[in-house]
Amino acid sequence: MSGIIRSSIARKVAMALSGLFLVFFLLQHFSINLTSVFSEDAFNMASHFMGTNPLVQFLLQPVLIFGVVFHFVMGFVLEIKNNSARSVKYAKYNGGANASWMSRNMIYSGIAVLAFLGLHFYDFWVPEIVYKYVETNPEVPTRYYEELQHKFVSPVRTALYCVAFVFLALHLLHGFASSFQSVGVNNKYSAGIQKFAKAFAIAIPVGFIFIALFHHFNH
Amino acid sequence: MKLLLKIWRQKDAKSKGKIVDYPLDGVEEDMSFLEMLDVLNEQLINKGEEPVVFDHDCREGICGMCSLQINGEPHGPDRQVTTCQLHMRMFNDGDTIFIEPFRANAFPVVKDLMVDRSAFDRIQHAGGYVSVNTSGNTIDANAIPINKDNADDAFSAATCIGCGACVAACKNASAMLFTSAKVSQYALLPQGQVEAADRVQAMVAQMDAEGFGNCTNTGACEIECPKGISLENIARMNREYLSASIKG
Repeated sequence: MSGIIRSSIARKVAMALSGLFLVFFLLQHFSINLTSVFSEDAFNMASHFMGTNPLVQFLLQPVLIFGVVFHFVMGFVLEIKNNSARSVKYAKYNGGANASWMSRNMIYSGIAVLAFLGLHFYDFWVPEIVYKYVETNPEVPTRYYEELQHKFVSPVRTALYCVAFVFLALHLLHGFASSFQSVGVNNKYSAGIQKFAKAFAIAIPVGFIFIALFHHFNH
Repeated sequence: MKLLLKIWRQKDAKSKGKIVDYPLDGVEEDMSFLEMLDVLNEQLINKGEEPVVFDHDCREGICGMCSLQINGEPHGPDRQVTTCQLHMRMFNDGDTIFIEPFRANAFPVVKDLMVDRSAFDRIQHAGGYVSVNTSGNTIDANAIPINKDNADDAFSAATCIGCGACVAACKNASAMLFTSAKVSQYALLPQGQVEAADRVQAMVAQMDAEGFGNCTNTGACEIECPKGISLENIARMNREYLSASIKG
């Protein structure tokens, strides 16, 4: 078992599994956000549940943060290692001839998503932690919808969110589909899995963009 | 056909190399790429200059010796061919062509365009074989029934000629397509399953020790492979490796 920790395949599988976990989280996050388009009460109820449930707060939230940090740290470590496997670069390199832009630039789309996460944490997560655990304010189950709309008043912030979701889509277009290959799934169902993964990679970010624009124009 | 060749020249493994320009006239479109380099070398020799060193052997797409990164792609712009099978009709009069060695730290340059690909040999030696008991009880391999699909997939994997185009094409200089083909050709057959767990662990460990990069599933290796080795082999190797590691 000791060899597996250092092996290239183990790292690849770890990247895939942490990525799949984040994809699942993304779907859950999107589902809750989508309720804000249809019902203020439903959004407040779901947000209040997620924000106050001890299982979510003290088990799932730390696991999620670990997953995010692990995925990014491992991504950077692999990028550095991979770059160092070819010290002398090609004078002419035609990467576009045999691989998609998304697959060759995961590090850049990943950095863009990481930068967005910084903004997103600054906008929502940090104020939420301060509100609940530093200032220890009383629970107000109806405050979430108003806070959400307030954040999307700014056209600059709304635009930044939209651009970030485009990078998320580019990241997912390669990452989600290829994670199945990494964990060893390449069989007669792969074509269908690839189609589903690519549809997901476009639909979810587009959905997030729609929600951001909806609240910007309806606040 | 008149061309401007931009060729990597490097005196030896320790020297620093550089791209040198060579204008070349009189190239015919029916020449193979290696014949075009032969013409250049004849001209260089006649001028008393050092000819360009490049690997080649069978010149019929079987041996895997001819390498060359041509205009940013291993074996050039054509698909499922080695450099010896690449013809000058793929280029146009007046073209500038970059010719470089396959680049990877695990493939050090020996001289000019020739690289040392013995890292592949060491991966193969680590486990890419089937041990046969020759005590007198040897069973004919054909006596064991094999599923046709598995036999076909094993044969496809075995067509890998170890040219290194997969490493050269990969942005990470990963050798996973080569290693996975060598793992698969045995893993798919009953004769190879006896040593399957040890084989995959030893070959992956050797691949990592050689300093190849990690696979990020860009698929460039599959596109550039002259034998069309499929990415399915990498998925199979991942399964084999995980299974072997978990079982201990």
